[in-house]
Amino acid sequence: MTRASAARKYEPRTAPTSRAATSAMIASLAAEGYDAVSAPFGHALVELAMANQDVVGMTADLAKYTDMHIFARAMPDRFYQMGMAEQLLFAAAAGMAKEGLIPFATTYAVFATRRAYDFIFQAIAEEHLGVKIACALPGLTSGYGPSHQAFEDLAMLRGLPDIVLIDPCDATDIKGMVPAMAAHHGPVYARLLRGKVPNVLTRHKPDYRFELGRAQMIREGNDVLVISTGIMTMRALDAADVLARDRISVAVLHVPTIKPLDVDVIRSEAARGRLCVVAENHSVNGGLGEAVAKELMLAGVHTPFRMIGLPDEFLEAGALPTLHDMYGISTKGVAEQIRGWL
Amino acid sequence: MTTSPALANMSLQMRAWNIRRKALLMGQVQGQGYIGQALGVADVLAVSYFHALNLRPDNPEWEGRDRFLLSIGHYAIALYAALMEAGVLPEEEIATYGTDDSRLPMSGMASYTPGMEMSGGSLGQGLGIAVGMALAMKRKENTACVYNLMSDGELGEGSTWEAAMSATQWRLDNLICIVDFNNQQADGPSRAALAVGAETPKWEAFGWHAQEVNGNDIDALVAAFDVARRLTQPKPRIIICNTRMCKGVDFLEAREITHFVRVETDEWDKALAKLDDERPA
Repeated sequence: MTRASAARKYEPRTAPTSRAATSAMIASLAAEGYDAVSAPFGHALVELAMANQDVVGMTADLAKYTDMHIFARAMPDRFYQMGMAEQLLFAAAAGMAKEGLIPFATTYAVFATRRAYDFIFQAIAEEHLGVKIACALPGLTSGYGPSHQAFEDLAMLRGLPDIVLIDPCDATDIKGMVPAMAAHHGPVYARLLRGKVPNVLTRHKPDYRFELGRAQMIREGNDVLVISTGIMTMRALDAADVLARDRISVAVLHVPTIKPLDVDVIRSEAARGRLCVVAENHSVNGGLGEAVAKELMLAGVHTPFRMIGLPDEFLEAGALPTLHDMYGISTKGVAEQIRGWL
Repeated sequence: MTTSPALANMSLQMRAWNIRRKALLMGQVQGQGYIGQALGVADVLAVSYFHALNLRPDNPEWEGRDRFLLSIGHYAIALYAALMEAGVLPEEEIATYGTDDSRLPMSGMASYTPGMEMSGGSLGQGLGIAVGMALAMKRKENTACVYNLMSDGELGEGSTWEAAMSATQWRLDNLICIVDFNNQQADGPSRAALAVGAETPKWEAFGWHAQEVNGNDIDALVAAFDVARRLTQPKPRIIICNTRMCKGVDFLEAREITHFVRVETDEWDKALAKLDDERPA
């Protein structure tokens, strides 16, 4: 299939009259109306490392862009700059874990999964080593085009036995997941939001706390159940506010741990007869949507089922708000799709 | 290494011969195996396990041990033979090689076998893992060494060179890499595949202390290992060992294709008999 951009490759363009405000690569997640926290991953890692001498930080030339620079600055002798060499990054992290350290290794999600998959598979997971992988630019959070858009990272990693997969929504999730990653015995892959990261979940549910492996109802509702992960939980909550004005009552079940999945909660919530919508910042292939569909089929839960996610195609470059609208993962896009399905 | 007094004086030649013999016996169990590599690398393993490494055979996970990574998983048959010879594995398990429920799978994996430090099989990973272990051991002030045994084919993997640069960057003087250079990979000679060659100047240019030796010459190996271990320069060390596939069994040595050498059913006994003729005094 020809991409829209390729079909128009030889058409000259003129400057737009209004320029989208967000640059191609976001430093921070654009989140209207939420308080933001600066570099929650970096600060949580420093806090963890102060309590646990075995924690070390590693990166492949992306400390600044994964908030690892906070750790590097606070604990320079426990920080390992491995250079632009992702295969080495994960092989060496495996070696460190073999010797009893708890390495947190960061890069972009595209590079970890696409370039170093075999090392995550063979050097780390096959030996059940406690390497903690934290990767920025998950899903569609860069406007650089497919080279920087990890829309299939979870699809690749869901096929890998024995690894825990986390897609955090906000700063609260990130703050909670860092010590949970260290406490888990074995490999963990977490998607990372960096820079100024909004605090979403506690505004909707003040007592919310991240728990590894647990899905949590953030908002109750009678007409629609959105099962969401990562930043799509923020979109779902905001869309629920929009839809409430039209007297459409939307529940939001947040699933920050993609693997292992909280099957019991998902099954019992989906069995309550509401329209079930899975929303994820990931390709509709191989992510949370398919994982939930499988579990519901196996459990004999037959419910109207829809998916909001990225299409099975190479995504376009551009400004993120434009792209999120284009692919239906903006608040507006989520609300409109749900309204259309009712 | 620590051995019983009766065995302490056994010659390295005898160790190498024993390793070859055990490997042949395992190959015979399955009627196949990477026996060419095992026969070729036996002298390197004998010098590693009975001259260089500090080990406690009764405690393969002893914190103070020198780590020995087998990056080349398909060489497992050779390492099992060495581990049996060292007393880490019981010799009785030869008959289980490659069978169901064996601790000796045909490709080496850490989870199956005492003394197997990593799961190999996907080539080009060992040196990177060794870098991480060497870094961690420095952090923990563990003065033991990390050895990584790799093949010449792995010199074609980009990850090998990522690790090579990193080891120099971190001045890893506790890392010794050994290359079994038999110039045979799956499709033919390594030198015909990827401009492999000029290894010593190449590794020196990457900042390593490099030596090239005849890997089937025990005295040369002992000397090279001693230089590598005693070096005071803050840099990683590599010993490129030129070996001959199937060494010790002349009619197999003569075969043209030796990466995965075919040995007919009746030839295993002939190979063992040939080896017996060559038993060191």
